[in-house]
Amino acid sequence: MQEKTYVSGYFPDDKDLIVAIKELQEKNVAITDVRTPFPVHGLDTVLKMRRSRLPRAGFIAGVIGCAIGFGFQAWVFTEAWPLNFGGKPFMSVPSFIPVTFELTVLFAAFALVFGFLMRSNLGPGSDNIIFDEEVTNDRFQILLEADGNADSLQESLQSVGALGVQLHEVKS
Amino acid sequence: MYVSPVREPLISGEKSYTKVTEDIYAPMTGKPGKAWYAGLTLALLALMFGMFSIFVTVWDGIGTWGLDRTIGWGWGITNFVWWVGIGHAGTFISAILLLFRQKWRTSINRSAEAMTIFAVMCAGLFPLIHMGRLPLGFFIFPYPNTRDVWVNFNSPLLWDVFAISTYLTVSVLFWYMGLIPDIGTIRDKLVPGIKKKIYGFLSFGWTGSARHWARHESMSLILAGLAAPLVLSVHTIVSFDFATSVIPGWHTTIFPPYFVSGAVFSGFAMVLTLMIITRKAINLEDYITKTHLESMNKIIIATGSIVGIAYITELFIAWYSGVVYEQYAFVNRAFGPYWWAYWIMMTCNVITPQLFWIKKIRRSFAATFVISIFVNIGMWFERFVIIVTSLHRDFLPSSWSMYTPTWVEVGIYVGTFGLFFTLFFLFIRFFPVIAIAEVKSVLKTSAEKFIKKGK
Repeated sequence: MQEKTYVSGYFPDDKDLIVAIKELQEKNVAITDVRTPFPVHGLDTVLKMRRSRLPRAGFIAGVIGCAIGFGFQAWVFTEAWPLNFGGKPFMSVPSFIPVTFELTVLFAAFALVFGFLMRSNLGPGSDNIIFDEEVTNDRFQILLEADGNADSLQESLQSVGALGVQLHEVKS
Repeated sequence: MYVSPVREPLISGEKSYTKVTEDIYAPMTGKPGKAWYAGLTLALLALMFGMFSIFVTVWDGIGTWGLDRTIGWGWGITNFVWWVGIGHAGTFISAILLLFRQKWRTSINRSAEAMTIFAVMCAGLFPLIHMGRLPLGFFIFPYPNTRDVWVNFNSPLLWDVFAISTYLTVSVLFWYMGLIPDIGTIRDKLVPGIKKKIYGFLSFGWTGSARHWARHESMSLILAGLAAPLVLSVHTIVSFDFATSVIPGWHTTIFPPYFVSGAVFSGFAMVLTLMIITRKAINLEDYITKTHLESMNKIIIATGSIVGIAYITELFIAWYSGVVYEQYAFVNRAFGPYWWAYWIMMTCNVITPQLFWIKKIRRSFAATFVISIFVNIGMWFERFVIIVTSLHRDFLPSSWSMYTPTWVEVGIYVGTFGLFFTLFFLFIRFFPVIAIAEVKSVLKTSAEKFIKKGK
């Protein structure tokens, strides 16, 4: 059993949160996580988050869906069981478009959703730790992981105006 | 933060973040009122009647319906198209309006999307039931079989299977992903116990981490980008069921755009009808305001006018084409034995929604409620007119026929209402009806509290 120590503090407003994060960064305090009740714009640049690669995953899955949809229909109508519809060509591309499109969207949507859930460690039975139950209500929380320096971290959080500065000990 | 000096606030009543949580959480706590129980009971009774009617259809066969060899599609397909159409509003609101950055969508998208899902579920029943033998539904899926044959990918009816099942799946994913942060909020409001455990499970362990939010936003945006053409594709493909046939009155290239705008039109009407009642019943007047009403009514008038133009274009093209069968089909629609259905459609879809040009009417809840019901009726008759009047005059006059539904068909329709409302009543009781996190995110630019301060 390893024990991890976290220090948290919250702000009642998102504007104060961003100012405080910048101040903490100037003091070279590494920010473990920021938790907010709704997406705060500008946080990603302040925290220097890498751009999500979900769009790419969605695109690749879409291409796969597209290829499967089109390829399967083409195979069925030219190889597996060619049917003659009043002398029309077996490879009738326009009539393959609807199903190809639907499968493209379906594959991309699944990739996006499952990619999001897996990358974020979310899902049924997920055991993410919730440090403050008010975060999903109206608190903008900063979370710092302490490495024996819990006291100084608490001080620096208080100095940037965080409220309810607390120590959390978590067994993991 | 930029605050518009001209626009009215979207959220009235000086809300803070906590107040938003509390207001939307309130209808989920305490004992549900008598009206809720009465509504649910009524819906369940309708559902049971529908299930009995389906049982009769399956047990005795499709002969219990009013169909004959001339009119092979009656109420079953009318109701199918009607329900699919209603299922277009939710994803339109949450996907297309998200891409256009319409902030007013945040108050209505959650419930509209729920209605979409329930409506598509109702719609999906009809193609299965109208086969008369439910196991036949199995043949529409392309699976490797001992007969070594595949489905016919050239058939619009098969495209429909793919379109509607994809639409339902993607709508459910989109809806649920939007829901998990709010389920997390509900989880954190609850006292420890079994209920908290259930919501904890359903929230997928949501923490509100900035990284999760960033991914969530990027996912939502792309899902919206995918769902937008998907919405348009679904009713386009439904319209292909008709447009690719050779029946006069069906064989029309105008169908895809005409059906899609009709679908958004009827979907918005249904959302309005239900939201006007719901906002009163569970005290959400501050969140669904006259501004929302006006915005939705503007979309109703836009799509309703497109539908009106489509009706007139159809008449013009029937005359201009010089095809006598086509001309007869349209004259027969307006002045034949089903004239009353045609004129109900014209009145409810083309004439009454034009009243929304008057500002007082489009900002009145009572007037909107009445007109939205008219639209629902009109759009049902549109499908009835397209299907039944085009079929009942066959190419051979000896096959001409008239169609009246039997109680079994009516029963199934009533049953889908039962299903829809059962799910809707459960939804407003157990899930947050308004997207809590999304409303909070527009609070600073669109709420009364901040707009007043800004002045």
